Amino acid sequence: MNIVENFDLYAPRLVDKEEYFSAGHRACQGCGEALAIRMMCKALGSDTVIVNATGCMEVVSSFYPTTAWNLPWIHVAFPNAASVGAGVEAGLKVLRRKGKIADRDVKTVCIGGGGGTFDIGLQALSGAMERGHDMLYACFDNEAYMNTGIQRSGATPFGASTTTNPAGRASSGKGEWKKNITEIIAAHGVQYAATACHSYPLDFMNKVKKAREVKGPTFIHCLAVCPTGWRIPSEACIKMGRLASETGIFPLYEVENGKYRMTIKPEKLRPVGDYLKAQGRFRHLTPEDIERIQEKVYQEYNKLQDKVNNLHAWSELK
Amino acid sequence: MKRVVEGSEAVAEAVRLARVNVISAYPITPQTHIVEFLSEYCANGTMDARFLRVESEHSALAALIGTATTGVRSFTATSGQGLALMHELLHWTSGARLPIVMAEVNRALAPGWNIWVDQTDSLAQRDTGWIQLYCEDSQEVLDTIIQAYRLGELVDLPVMVVLDAFFLSHTYEPVDVPDQKLVDDYLPSWEPKFQLDTEKPCAFGPLVTPAFYMEMRHAIAGAMEDALEVFPRVEDEFEKIFDRRYGEIEAVSCNDAEIILVTSGTATSTSRLVVENLRAKGEKVGLLKIKLFRPFPVELVRKVLAPAKKVAVIDRNFSFGASGIFAQEIRAALCNTMKHPPVFGYVAGIGGRDVTADVIEDIYRRAKASDFPEGESVWVGLQEN
Repeated sequence: MNIVENFDLYAPRLVDKEEYFSAGHRACQGCGEALAIRMMCKALGSDTVIVNATGCMEVVSSFYPTTAWNLPWIHVAFPNAASVGAGVEAGLKVLRRKGKIADRDVKTVCIGGGGGTFDIGLQALSGAMERGHDMLYACFDNEAYMNTGIQRSGATPFGASTTTNPAGRASSGKGEWKKNITEIIAAHGVQYAATACHSYPLDFMNKVKKAREVKGPTFIHCLAVCPTGWRIPSEACIKMGRLASETGIFPLYEVENGKYRMTIKPEKLRPVGDYLKAQGRFRHLTPEDIERIQEKVYQEYNKLQDKVNNLHAWSELK
Repeated sequence: MKRVVEGSEAVAEAVRLARVNVISAYPITPQTHIVEFLSEYCANGTMDARFLRVESEHSALAALIGTATTGVRSFTATSGQGLALMHELLHWTSGARLPIVMAEVNRALAPGWNIWVDQTDSLAQRDTGWIQLYCEDSQEVLDTIIQAYRLGELVDLPVMVVLDAFFLSHTYEPVDVPDQKLVDDYLPSWEPKFQLDTEKPCAFGPLVTPAFYMEMRHAIAGAMEDALEVFPRVEDEFEKIFDRRYGEIEAVSCNDAEIILVTSGTATSTSRLVVENLRAKGEKVGLLKIKLFRPFPVELVRKVLAPAKKVAVIDRNFSFGASGIFAQEIRAALCNTMKHPPVFGYVAGIGGRDVTADVIEDIYRRAKASDFPEGESVWVGLQEN
């Protein structure tokens, strides 16, 4: 299926021409995350404050005395983007109430990588979601600690070889499954949680716009393809994001007020081998390993499909 | 108006009077009464502030770095383990030049799980770039928190106001709680130099290479030096309105003293009594209270201590492998003077043990009896096996 039919025709009318995350950042060639952030900011618009956890995007975008950001931007350490965001939201609310800043609907948007969200930042994120701050938390998940050189995290998929979980004679890469962060956050009862990928730009930007409209905590888990860390050619970035969806490894869906919906639904899932065999980080996997991953992907996909089929929006429940 | 209040309430009253906009805190004994009072003020409308009930101390300070960067007055309080968990962000607060004020109720660090007073928690943060002020009684706590906002906002540095667990935080004393009008006259609203503002986007907390980092750190060092200059002005202004001042240090009967005791926190009050009694018996003893610990008032300390024959420092804290921490600072302050007295270091009251008048008098007698210190630190009041 082609979800970007007539893209050239419609995109200029749908997408803000203003650049909020500008050229000149120092991201690697083919970086999916930089692309995703550029799209996210276009969907958010100028009334946005960005709170950035330590990670690739912080490092590549803020090389003092330059900045790639045309939005107010703050970085405070690694484990606490959601807490800083909570403070920013509270501070802006005070200023707005006291008439010290223009009475505009400024959105606080926290961004963090896989490690900053799944691992070290999870407590702060859970706290902020539970407290109900008016903020969007967007996780740009490149599936390892890429900023520090491809180390294993809770976001790293099963079987991937990383520098701290290298494949070798006694190891076939990471031996544990990836955390399901979107389900963890959805379980906080947030009004909107979704997965997304830069390879489906309109789907992603629509989700950002939806999240922005909610007065309360929202979450987007965006798969961000990392050619450097995944050991793929830089021009394969978009294709790899598409394969993640087409194989069912990273299904694109949203949870809106309890109702699950697949936003991009492949007619038939491609075999996971199409995705795994294209990446250097999975090169060592045996046919048995791939079979094991295939079974798990089917299982998870069916679990999700079951929720899509059977779960109702909260308002429909008695 | 004079009221009998708990030390923790004195903190909360000061925070209310300083018109703090956002409080962010996580409960930990013995800080809890402070956040309970403040929660009540927010709940009943006595205070027009937002209270962020965060999920950890690390997040408490992270959230305040967010609020203060938007440009609103911010407060937190913690103790012991909580302060240790905040450590990373203590550095961040001063590096970001945010005048956040924290009440730190000294609590011993585990293990031995111990909720009682011990200054090692706050003194272990001496290199984080926070101004540190140690208080002796509840009135001083209230006044110092109000002054802390004035001081911090003038030099763009965070301020830690330190008080002893229980001996101060949970003790009731008569305290003059000033009128809001007077505090408003003293403490103008904060005008930050930079803010998170969509009208004028700025980036905070960027990646900084060796080409710029050193200058940024040097600027913080300069701000600390400025704080030494600004502190007396902050007290002058305060004294004009409230008729009270405390000084960076306070010298009691030091002019002709042969032995000067050095204290901080509530041990100072007991020491005042001991010095008075010993003086009555003809002993030439003096007392130096250290209030301002960072920046350390080296010149003022030298001036008081250099003429004495001996200095006896009482530390309710310890740096393992070195000595009591105030003793280290006093030695460092004195060593570059041509002629200075020997510094006797005594460690007492660790983990909430009482520092009684007898303990203090014993310390004085020991210092008097020996010509030179027995070691870097002598632990007093240890139980015999």
